[in-house]
Amino acid sequence: MSEIIQFVGENINFIYLMVLMIFVGIELISHVPSVLHTPLMSGANAIHGVVLIGAIIVLGKAGNDDYLSLILGFLGVVVGTLNVVGGFVVTDRMLEMFKKKPKAPGSKS
Amino acid sequence: MSHILEIVYLIGSISFVLGLKMMGQPDTARKGNAVAAFGMGVSVLGTLFIGETGFSVIPHIGLILSAISLGVVVGTVMAKRVQMTAMPEMVSLFNGMGGLCAALISMIEWRALSGTGELQGLGFAHYLPVIAGLIIGTVSFVGSMVAWGKLNGSLGDFRFKGQQFINMMVLLAILVASGLTFVFLGADLSIMGFFGTLALSVVYGLLFVFPIGGADMPVVISLLNSFTGVAAACGGFLYHNNVMLMGGVLVGSAGTILTIVMCQAMNRSLTNVLIGAVGNSSSSGSGSSGGKGGSVREVQATDVAIMMKYASKVVIVPGYGLAVAQAQHVCHELESLLESEGVDVKYAIHPVAGRMPGHMNVLLAESNVSYDKLVEMEHINPEFGTTDTVLIVGANDVVNPAAKTDPASPIYGMPILDVDQSKQIVVLKRSMKSGYAGIDNELFFNPKCGMLFGDAKDSLQKLVNEIKAL
Repeated sequence: MSEIIQFVGENINFIYLMVLMIFVGIELISHVPSVLHTPLMSGANAIHGVVLIGAIIVLGKAGNDDYLSLILGFLGVVVGTLNVVGGFVVTDRMLEMFKKKPKAPGSKS
Repeated sequence: MSHILEIVYLIGSISFVLGLKMMGQPDTARKGNAVAAFGMGVSVLGTLFIGETGFSVIPHIGLILSAISLGVVVGTVMAKRVQMTAMPEMVSLFNGMGGLCAALISMIEWRALSGTGELQGLGFAHYLPVIAGLIIGTVSFVGSMVAWGKLNGSLGDFRFKGQQFINMMVLLAILVASGLTFVFLGADLSIMGFFGTLALSVVYGLLFVFPIGGADMPVVISLLNSFTGVAAACGGFLYHNNVMLMGGVLVGSAGTILTIVMCQAMNRSLTNVLIGAVGNSSSSGSGSSGGKGGSVREVQATDVAIMMKYASKVVIVPGYGLAVAQAQHVCHELESLLESEGVDVKYAIHPVAGRMPGHMNVLLAESNVSYDKLVEMEHINPEFGTTDTVLIVGANDVVNPAAKTDPASPIYGMPILDVDQSKQIVVLKRSMKSGYAGIDNELFFNPKCGMLFGDAKDSLQKLVNEIKAL
């Protein structure tokens, strides 16, 4: 129990931030037309790719001869980047289709 | 950490919030995505090139940059090549990568800290984000991979009796193992506890997603998406890194709300989706004359063409079959052809048509169908009474009357499109095979309903040709 209180005490600013962010997240999503649910899910998916920064930090800290950490860290950065880049590109492709179309009937195929 | 880097992270965090906000509106959505991507780019560059004392390059920069380049190339190629129809799978796959990344960070961090005995001194505050990141990241990774396999059809459903009980047990075991890891830090038991936690998390990820029916996968992906957000936030706690914390928590909460909104669209609770998996209770009797209502009526393209050309109002109901057949372009062609004949054409969009909410909108927008033709369920339902012909293109469960009439049906309670109110129904379908929920559709035996068998794209093309020839 004391450890939990210690945890809260040490991280109080982060906990404040976290609680406020939860509300921001709820507020942002609550009134979105269902048309945009898929792109939004995909966009949020890209944003949690921010975990990549953690992988960069951990790889940067790895010892020069700590090969296991270097390998795992390398893998971490690769998959993290995949999440970020893939996520944003896929979202952009989805949203590209929502752009205003000047041309009237007649389809490309 | 240097103040410059803190400022960079602040810019990154603001971009995420702003980007997500803009993504919630059709006009600004694309720009919003770019804003969020900008925030990400700035934050990553800052991490690489700003150190404790101003500008300094992070160690192992060569290795890191090559890993990033590899990720950029592979990620871009995968994202660019993927078909619009396979988008949900892709999102699931990338989500899994994020989860894996979080789990790997925890593994390395735990190894480094427990190896030197440093972790014992740091205590619970440091241990909690490490182990939580491991558990949540692993569950998210494994779960996303299963969801990915299910969506592309390589994995089926798998469930057994007492699954919920086993799941709870596994979850409990994860808590015990992770507790042991902490209590015995530095001892062998701790190492066993750590690998036990990892293994059990893998098992939980499998058990969690495997029993859930394919039709509910979008909800699961959205949920796993928010899991990965939480795993990223754990990294934020670990490194006292604000941008990771904010980005992670933002996705965690936004993802949870999105999940709930999706469940509401299907008129089901989240628990119902997760526990009461969509069953395969009546997958038998899918022959062409099974079911309660007698036999189905097959129609020819010529008849349907005449029916539609001289109708005053036609409603098209697109479903996953349209996506699979890549028939969105020819569907638009049919629509504009009918419009030029003076027919009022609309699309009825069920909230969960396809494999993701909004899937049909994306697909039809791709083929230049204008927004105002896409009508959401609650607005189109009252219009079916005045509709002459409903053309159902590869949709099934979303028009199944069992959702209203049969309390025993697994989809009972889901709102459906009231297509049976219209004068004529035509179903384009490859065969009498049941839809994703694996249940028969009584609608097909309705006397008003005609079946036009074949690939959706071919059938639509035939209709276009017939109408032109008339």
